[in-house]
Amino acid sequence: MEQKIEPQEVQLTKQDFESDQMVKWCPGCGDHAILKSVENVFPVVGQKMGYKKEDFVVVSGIGCSSRFPYYMNTYGIHGIHGRAAALAMGIKLTNPKLSVWMISGDGDSMAIGGNHFIHIARRNPDINYLMFNNKIYGLTKGQYSPTTPKGQKTKTSPQGTFETPFNPGELVIGARGKFFARVVDTNPKLMQEVFLEAALHHGASIIEILQNCVIFNNKIHALITGRDTKYDNQLILEAGKPMLFGKNKEKGIILEGTRLKVVKLGENGITEKDILVHDPTTEDAGIHMMLASMAPPEFPAALGVIRSVKSETLEDAIWNSVEHEKQVSPYKNVDDLLNSGNTWEID
Amino acid sequence: MTTKKDKIVEIEEAVVRFAGDSGDGMQLTGSLFSDSTAFAGNDFATFPDFPSEIRAPQGTVSGVSGFQIHFGHKDIHTTGDLADVLVAMNPASLKANLRWVKKDAIIIVNSEEFNEKNLEKAGWENNPLEDNTLVGHLLVEAPLNTLTKEAVKDLDLDNKSVLKSKNMFALGIIFYLFNRDYTKTFSFFENKFKKNPLVVEANKKVLEAGYNYAETLEVFKNTFRIQKAPLNKGRYRNVTGNLATAWGLLAASERSGHHIYLGSYPITPATDILQELSKHKQFACITQQAEDEIAGVVSTIGSSFAGAMAVTTTSGPGLSLKSEAIGLAVMTELPMVIVDVQRGGPSTGLPTKSEQSDLLQALFGRNGEAPCIVMAATGAADAFYSAYEAAKLAMEHMTPVILLTDGSIGNGSEVFKIPRVADLPEIHPPVAKPNDIDYKPYKRDPKTLARQWAIAGTPGLRHRLGGLEKEDITGNVSQDPLNHQKMVELRQAKVDRVADDIPELKIDGDTKGDLLVVGWGSTYGVLLTAVEEMREEGKSVSMVQFKHIMPLPKNTHEVFSGFKKIIVCENNMGQFANYLRMKHPEFKYEQFNKVQGLPFMVSELKTRFEALLNE
Repeated sequence: MEQKIEPQEVQLTKQDFESDQMVKWCPGCGDHAILKSVENVFPVVGQKMGYKKEDFVVVSGIGCSSRFPYYMNTYGIHGIHGRAAALAMGIKLTNPKLSVWMISGDGDSMAIGGNHFIHIARRNPDINYLMFNNKIYGLTKGQYSPTTPKGQKTKTSPQGTFETPFNPGELVIGARGKFFARVVDTNPKLMQEVFLEAALHHGASIIEILQNCVIFNNKIHALITGRDTKYDNQLILEAGKPMLFGKNKEKGIILEGTRLKVVKLGENGITEKDILVHDPTTEDAGIHMMLASMAPPEFPAALGVIRSVKSETLEDAIWNSVEHEKQVSPYKNVDDLLNSGNTWEID
Repeated sequence: MTTKKDKIVEIEEAVVRFAGDSGDGMQLTGSLFSDSTAFAGNDFATFPDFPSEIRAPQGTVSGVSGFQIHFGHKDIHTTGDLADVLVAMNPASLKANLRWVKKDAIIIVNSEEFNEKNLEKAGWENNPLEDNTLVGHLLVEAPLNTLTKEAVKDLDLDNKSVLKSKNMFALGIIFYLFNRDYTKTFSFFENKFKKNPLVVEANKKVLEAGYNYAETLEVFKNTFRIQKAPLNKGRYRNVTGNLATAWGLLAASERSGHHIYLGSYPITPATDILQELSKHKQFACITQQAEDEIAGVVSTIGSSFAGAMAVTTTSGPGLSLKSEAIGLAVMTELPMVIVDVQRGGPSTGLPTKSEQSDLLQALFGRNGEAPCIVMAATGAADAFYSAYEAAKLAMEHMTPVILLTDGSIGNGSEVFKIPRVADLPEIHPPVAKPNDIDYKPYKRDPKTLARQWAIAGTPGLRHRLGGLEKEDITGNVSQDPLNHQKMVELRQAKVDRVADDIPELKIDGDTKGDLLVVGWGSTYGVLLTAVEEMREEGKSVSMVQFKHIMPLPKNTHEVFSGFKKIIVCENNMGQFANYLRMKHPEFKYEQFNKVQGLPFMVSELKTRFEALLNE
């Protein structure tokens, strides 16, 4: 039984979701832009999916990003470090009619919450998971995270880190996740489009937001987001469209053998027909994994919805089972259960 | 059944212990005998005693699995000190259990297993069947392998399957000894092995053969009969504590109208509760086997925010992992029940043995000032009512409740008078009304100090909860020093006021006297038996058993005041005694502590109490 919510006329506005609390992120922090995008997209989600304002729930773990629920006027819980995915799951399984949004960071999701991260991807409850990746611990003031590039100097890696970082997209796909997208905090339009796609996707939608920490890791994503460098270093994927990028869409991605390759249109006889066309809906995750792995300088970073595959959600499977058991169970109430099996009467 | 040749002796009570290799099916044998005991109308209590390994090395003492049942025609409060009858399926089980039998006990052994190899594995220097080891006992040497094979020789069964059913031969012998009707057990076989009629037939034949063997060979001088126990009118069944806990939670869910969400991770000896509740989707009982203990409890907090009756179940090591999250539940003031089926600790400790050593962890094992309700079930049947009450208190007072049971309660079984759900107390959680313009997240009920439960999705009540300290009334994040002190005090006062909603202590015995025996949780039956026996002997002893620990019952001081001496008995190093010293420092507390993974014995308790009276 899919928990269908009929689209209905609900006149929601951005103001419906704005909180009266003071937003305490640093000036210039990427979080502000993300907050605005979420506030902008909720009314659209409500409109398209029939959610009323009380149906939105925002949950988070710990870290700068996780203050997010306090800055939105919805139902919200600010949880404990790394465990927001479990909070979100408990909420969604209890009431599948809620629109559940989860906010987390790279430390919260990949380090202390790594276990929950892979399991939520695998279990596929219909939640929207926004993972702010600034590749640093901000709230504790500048220690390396599991996504910090190897060799980067931070307060706890004065000689440079010795560790290989995670790529969140690879982790999601490796954990058999069905939806993975990547956006940058400098592109509100793309954020809103992708957040809406995530909401419309029935299942766990995990979005990596490349977010800038202006204090402790400023410009960490500069190559991808920079005014001059972004055209060569980001590929905005669109379903059904060829994977073209560059200021004049003069470059593209082809499949050569088993590997992706950057080519220039017109060079070596390459035409647009040779360029890979993006299909996020294939169950086979091979190309999706390669797209998620692409990184400058060899490749552009893939942005947009990389993978979006339909699959039964956890809550649908569970509540379908509830409906079924209600039909077939010999126990109509707890009294029936207490009196089942071997019992005896004393007169 | 044929007519008995042997003389039948009427007795008051008996203790039977089944012991064998952990693959010998002793737990099943014991529970089948328990069922037949129930049908015979006796009161009883059982005590399973098994290793944590699924199949420990065969034939060794460490691999012995035991099941003890104490039954009688009067009220049975304990699982019995020493056995009247021991069934030992091999030399190791005799070795492991000989110290738990009475001097004149009947000992039934599978004589064919007493070969040189098995004797050596079990650590017997000489064959105990041949030397003086068993002098004083009535020894029944039955070649169970051969007898079992003989019983099913007409059936087309492989040797392994045949030998698997030898436990039923032993059960047949015990059925004869206690004049039991085995036809009820036949219907169990028919159910359990529905898909394999051959196995049904084999078990029936072997059980019957055991019965007839005992009768034909006149192995006993006499057999025994125990009259029905004087139980009140009503319908009864047999329950283990874990089953009763699961059902008590289901009853509370039905009565409160909030479906259960259980987030749990398998852990011995609590797993049975998760397994049982996962069967009951028809009651919209949602169970999620989480990726770890933390996800179990945290998803439970989420479910509570969304309006479920939130439950997580665990044992000591799991409670440690859940500590931080329980703090979040204290801070967010969301209702949830945490069941801790305690086992021997610390660390992995004794997974299958019972202990009461998580008390201080339950009371204080969280960062910050994080009070929550702590209660303890006093037996397998009581676990039903304790679980029900834990859920009721959690929802009505908007707080996590830790319910302590333990391995002896969880795996032990008792006779349970089946209640009607409609007769259980009503449950009225303070659910906030849609669009209540006066709703504030941390506005409190003036009497209970509980805040309202504004369930996510309710129109007009959007609010934020979280682990950061909140401003009184509004629930906004607050770092204000005076507000923090106020909130800390409010959270404590809220839990303290639960004392108004819990029953007062009930004294077993006189309200004044020389000695008050104090216990909590699972020790109730054995302490009561010891105290009752001493009272019959004219001693001035009374007892109280604590079921509510945080907060303590209101009359605790008054009850303690009536006695010259107080002794606190518990299966730990004195955790409750120390808690009482903190809460009621005006009294002096003696202690009796047993930390062996085993329950108290009536005899050792009486010895200690008598010594104290004579001091």
